[in-house]
Amino acid sequence: MAKANSSAYVERYADGASSLCGQTVPWLQQQRADAILQFTEYGFPAIRDEDWRYTNVSVLDKQHFAMAQKSVSAVITADWLKAYQLVDAWSLVLVDGYFSAEHSVLADLPEGVTVMSLAKALQDAQYATVLEGKINGAVSQDENGFVAFNGAYFVDGVLIHVPAKLQVSKPIQVLHIATQELTAINTRSVIVADELSEVQLIETFVGLECAYLSVAVTEVFVGQNANVTLHKVQVESEKAIHFGGTYVKQARDARFRHDNFALGAVLARSDVHTDLDHASECELNGLYLGVKRQHIDNHTRINHLKPHGISRQLYKGVLDDRARGVFQGRVVVAEDAQKTDSQMNNRNLLLSSDAEADTKPQLEIYADDVKCAHGVTVGQLDEKSIFYLQSRCVDEETARNMLTFAFANEMVDKVKIKSLHDLILGQVLTRFPQEGINKEWL
Amino acid sequence: MLSIKNLHVSVGDKPILKGINLEIKPGEIHAIMGPNGSGKSTLSHILSGKSGYTVTEGSATYQGKDLLEMPPEIRAREGVFLAFQYPVEIPGVSNVYLLKAALNSIRKHQGQSEVDAMDFLTLVKGKVRLLEMDEKFLYRAVNEGFSGGEKKRNEILQMAILEPKLCILDETDSGLDIDALKIVSEGVNSLRSPDRSFVMVTHYQRLLDYIKPDFVHVLANGQIVKSGGAELALELEEKGYSWLEDAEASA
Ligand SMILES: Nc1ncnc2c1ncn2[C@@H]1O[C@H](COP(=O)(O)OP(=O)(O)OP(=O)(O)O)[C@@H](O)[C@H]1O
Ligand SMILES: [Mg+2]
Repeated sequence: MAKANSSAYVERYADGASSLCGQTVPWLQQQRADAILQFTEYGFPAIRDEDWRYTNVSVLDKQHFAMAQKSVSAVITADWLKAYQLVDAWSLVLVDGYFSAEHSVLADLPEGVTVMSLAKALQDAQYATVLEGKINGAVSQDENGFVAFNGAYFVDGVLIHVPAKLQVSKPIQVLHIATQELTAINTRSVIVADELSEVQLIETFVGLECAYLSVAVTEVFVGQNANVTLHKVQVESEKAIHFGGTYVKQARDARFRHDNFALGAVLARSDVHTDLDHASECELNGLYLGVKRQHIDNHTRINHLKPHGISRQLYKGVLDDRARGVFQGRVVVAEDAQKTDSQMNNRNLLLSSDAEADTKPQLEIYADDVKCAHGVTVGQLDEKSIFYLQSRCVDEETARNMLTFAFANEMVDKVKIKSLHDLILGQVLTRFPQEGINKEWL
Repeated sequence: MLSIKNLHVSVGDKPILKGINLEIKPGEIHAIMGPNGSGKSTLSHILSGKSGYTVTEGSATYQGKDLLEMPPEIRAREGVFLAFQYPVEIPGVSNVYLLKAALNSIRKHQGQSEVDAMDFLTLVKGKVRLLEMDEKFLYRAVNEGFSGGEKKRNEILQMAILEPKLCILDETDSGLDIDALKIVSEGVNSLRSPDRSFVMVTHYQRLLDYIKPDFVHVLANGQIVKSGGAELALELEEKGYSWLEDAEASA
């Protein structure tokens, strides 16, 4: 049955859809057509859906977001970019979803490494072949309505391909910038790391002060014994709605790490799903900071499909004012996945009595010889620690701010890329009371 | 320096300190001994300003000021230092950050400017050596993952850097092996001065071999039941506390 909210989009997007990238690629045209049907049927998720019970996106029924068009914004100057674009990294910039050659820094990529606009890649038979089976190859068939919406209408995105045995010397950043009021920005990213390769990636989401809907789907293929780290820095505009889905396929012995710094947007949801093969490892970290009326949802699913896999999850949330944080983590250990070693942790700090944290760890274990643990905490600052700091001359307000910062900083400190670490640290500090915290001493 | 008069303290409805009297003059070292649960930590806490206690009677005057009226951080800036019996772990705050924050708060309180970064490092590293600690400890989170002995040493490191006037050591010697005890004691002894006083809570006479007290007090059931010189500690070591409690009961 068609959903009202999706039918309206399908109608209004019909014109724009005919000029989206990949027109000359038959398999993609078929996938887009299928996605439109699926989106029409699913609509945007409703809270009836178990995976969405804490996150209400019914605002999308009332508010229409037009398909983002390619544009040039005078606001994005070199100076403006400095706050988000990493030095010592290659960066591909997408403005309202469309590749911006002008702002991207892609010179001198190592030989064999591809970092390019997805739309461009689809125009080139050589790259289109790489993409076949990869676009919609990691995301499962029956994902939620956002994924179908994205599959139907993505305008551009990125293809990153690292050839076998190559260790990419510098990080690669994909910088998403939103500039247009009341638009929907759909991007698709495909990351392929061939066997024994190593790469560090950053996805940054930022926007000008306006209301928009950002829907970004990233598919990652980590080859045998390859190592991929993906840092996501979500600092969308205060009025933005963000849906980001990262879907990963890990081959045998592959390592994947995802850090999600969810700091912006009024309503944000991040999904990370990964499938682990024999002895592959994944580490999922998250820090979400909510103030005012922000709603930030993190959703993970780890499928241990084969033996000896290792998964680690640590998500920390700090919620102030009337903010709400959600963590839903699901670990599925298949019958065949003996000797799985899995840990899932979610810790929340509530700074106000109106703030809320909902946390739901789920373990589904079908194998009998596994080590799986999970832990969840929701609490306030520890009074003993406050007194300890006071006894060391620190006033109470500063002590509270220090402890709040320290709680969040554990996650920031995991970031080893210096410029990225500093960028995130700066973003974290501006979002919380910092009275008494001396940045120079950190 | 510190004058405690008829101090009564309760937690909820439960009286814990029941009329403590204690006079501490500059330069003196007072040892407080007593059975478990007698109120030694409560006394340390109430002096340093921990919340959760009610003073029902009596007073504590520090350098002429009403100590019990001051917020804990003001007491600390005025020179009261508590080395905790159970130091708290503060993940995410480095030792060096806390030291800098504390030292600069004291300087600000005294109307001095912020400490120069190089001078600070020189000072801190000197004290780290004095306590035979590894410099790496400076950059680790406060007490996080430290062993019991390392935590105690870290307390004394903070004390050595902040140079307080009134040092309250709550069982700093518990859990230290002999070598560590010697190092910590040397650290404490190096801080002795005519205008600095110490209150040392301990269960073991052993500590007093290294740091010789001027007075020893026995705290039992919320009261000081006996005071004497250093020799009292030896007597306690030999006979335990029961003879004092019995004496108190019959008195
Ligand atoms: N917050 C509290 N709530 C209830 N009772 C308390 C509280 N704090 C202390 N007490 C009680 O007060 C008494 C004195 O405790 P305190 O910790 O001061 O003893 P202590 O002499 O330091 O003991 P120890 O030698 O074991 O360290 C004990 O009976 C203890 O249980
Ligand atoms: Mg005690």
